[in-house]
Amino acid sequence: MAPVAATLVASQAPGSLVLSAAGEWLVTTAADLDQELRALRMPTGTRVTLDLSGIDRLDTTGAWLLLRTEHDLMDRGNAVEMRNLRPNFEPLIEQLRAAGKITPVRHPRPAHHTIAGFIGRIGEISLGLFARAYSILGFFGIASATALRLILHPRRLRMTAVVAQMEQTGVNALPIVGLLTFLIGVVIAFQGADYLRPYGLENYTVPLTGASIFRELGVLLTAIILAGRSGSAFTAQIGTMRVNEEIDAMLTIGLDPVEVLVLPRLFALLVTLPMLALCANFMGIFGGGLMAWAELGIGIPEFLKQLSTIAPWSFWIGMIKSPFFAIIIALIGCYEGFQVTGSAESVGRLTTLSVVEAIFLVIVTDAGFSIFFSALEI
Amino acid sequence: MADYSGEPIIRVRGLVTRFGVDIIHDGLDLDVFRGEVLGVVGASGSGKSVLLRTIIGLNRPIAGRIEILGKEILTNGDMDRREIEQRWGVLFQNGALFSSLTVAQNIEVPLKEYFAMPPRLMDEIAAFKIGIVGLPEGTGEKYPAQLSGGMRKRSGLARALALDPEIVFLDEPTAGLDPIAAGDFDALIRDLRSSLGLTVFMVTHDLDTLFAICDRVAILVDKKIRVGSLEEMLQDEHPWIQSYFHGPRGRAALLSEAEHLARSGTAVISGV
Repeated sequence: MAPVAATLVASQAPGSLVLSAAGEWLVTTAADLDQELRALRMPTGTRVTLDLSGIDRLDTTGAWLLLRTEHDLMDRGNAVEMRNLRPNFEPLIEQLRAAGKITPVRHPRPAHHTIAGFIGRIGEISLGLFARAYSILGFFGIASATALRLILHPRRLRMTAVVAQMEQTGVNALPIVGLLTFLIGVVIAFQGADYLRPYGLENYTVPLTGASIFRELGVLLTAIILAGRSGSAFTAQIGTMRVNEEIDAMLTIGLDPVEVLVLPRLFALLVTLPMLALCANFMGIFGGGLMAWAELGIGIPEFLKQLSTIAPWSFWIGMIKSPFFAIIIALIGCYEGFQVTGSAESVGRLTTLSVVEAIFLVIVTDAGFSIFFSALEI
Repeated sequence: MADYSGEPIIRVRGLVTRFGVDIIHDGLDLDVFRGEVLGVVGASGSGKSVLLRTIIGLNRPIAGRIEILGKEILTNGDMDRREIEQRWGVLFQNGALFSSLTVAQNIEVPLKEYFAMPPRLMDEIAAFKIGIVGLPEGTGEKYPAQLSGGMRKRSGLARALALDPEIVFLDEPTAGLDPIAAGDFDALIRDLRSSLGLTVFMVTHDLDTLFAICDRVAILVDKKIRVGSLEEMLQDEHPWIQSYFHGPRGRAALLSEAEHLARSGTAVISGV
């Protein structure tokens, strides 16, 4: 429906100003009316009559525009009178008057658009990081203390939950972890053979593939996939429970959320991540072997012989790291879940944060291990 | 003030909805007339909210026709739907405010979507809508998570009223509110109806609300709907309806309404 244009005509009568409003004063015409009203040159200290007889249709927005005009005119010391409003519009005006005037919220410019604000924001973020690290450390402490208590009373461990989480985080992740590490094995062997051949070193392809998968890639890829797959799920699950006040309900019943929610996830991941890393190693080596056979014609006996030339510690270095990664992913995932407050939006934000933090910490820890092992010269 | 002689503003014919094997509505007919407040009641699980969701197009029925403002909504294209959506407002049970936006920004969402308005005007409109629904100053800059349940409902209503709709759908507007807040909410809807000429389609559990502001009552029983004035429905012989109105809570609400009538001497039930 095309709105009939709403109009406002000013006419000067002796000693007073008459503003005649007409047409449809609706939300659909409000933008034009607003422009017209703001362009109006307001008189001061005179009598103003608002003649409303021409108004055919009126809704709350139109009525409010009339009231705003009246208010603005009175602010300038005019005596204002509304006249000839159709009786069926009276209640509308009355109700708006009764609602009183609420100052509109201005949406302020974000403070960091200024240089000082920008620097302030950097400081804020840095302080926030420290506070966060402190809080995460606290959560690690609580989880460790609860885990110790549980080890002393092993019957309190919820085996059903642990097994369910193992299925979720382990068995269900097997296909994707296996496929990705297989492909990585294929890629490393293929690229390695390509780069080493000009130097006549293609015989090193197998040890190169084996060492990189055993030492680093197998476990690292597994950890990153689990951080994305299970760490995010932990945050979302616990966060949703917080939004639904399920955590509060647990507390009132006397259940310890750390014991009920965090530890089963932690223990499950402590079992499944090393096992997945093991599978990842096998699949990576399998992919590398397949490529070595296709590219370099290396058969199974020759492949195994070459593989045995790498230090036996390589395999264990990878495996030793896996439980540490499991702890990081499980605890960060759960910690961020508990940070959820109120809204569904914060579940999404914290899930993202949990994945980023977990992957970051996994890689930092991995770098730490690599320094540690090189200091041990193994 | 409802006009029962004209065309119904919402017309539902032969509605059948089903979830899996459960048939929720089986050949349901309903007319809602311009300017009336219709209260929809029924036992838990009788399909009150499903009916509301089906009428506003969030749920596709198996069979039946639904006309709103003279337009068939199930078969019409997107353009017609957009036009109808401008003319109705919906208040969901928990307000359904967008959690990443402040209350003022929530109210501005439909304004932004449909009109090219200067930001200052939108801020002003949001502010007076906040005033109309009786929220205190300063609510506009708060986020939904910072509000109480009652305030969230009022904010949801403010957003539903942003475009000055002709029809308002309310899903359990007073559920979870304290009796005073619920009474205020009833009064608010009554005032808005009389000043804006709203048509209100309200799903409710609240007997007091039903007695205080509804012109007609629609009761979902046996997968169909029975509609009539409150007085007519009180006489209905159906066992569920009997126990609904003549149980202890129904009697209490009736009694307080009768007292109210005696004191004020006006017919509150008919919404004047």
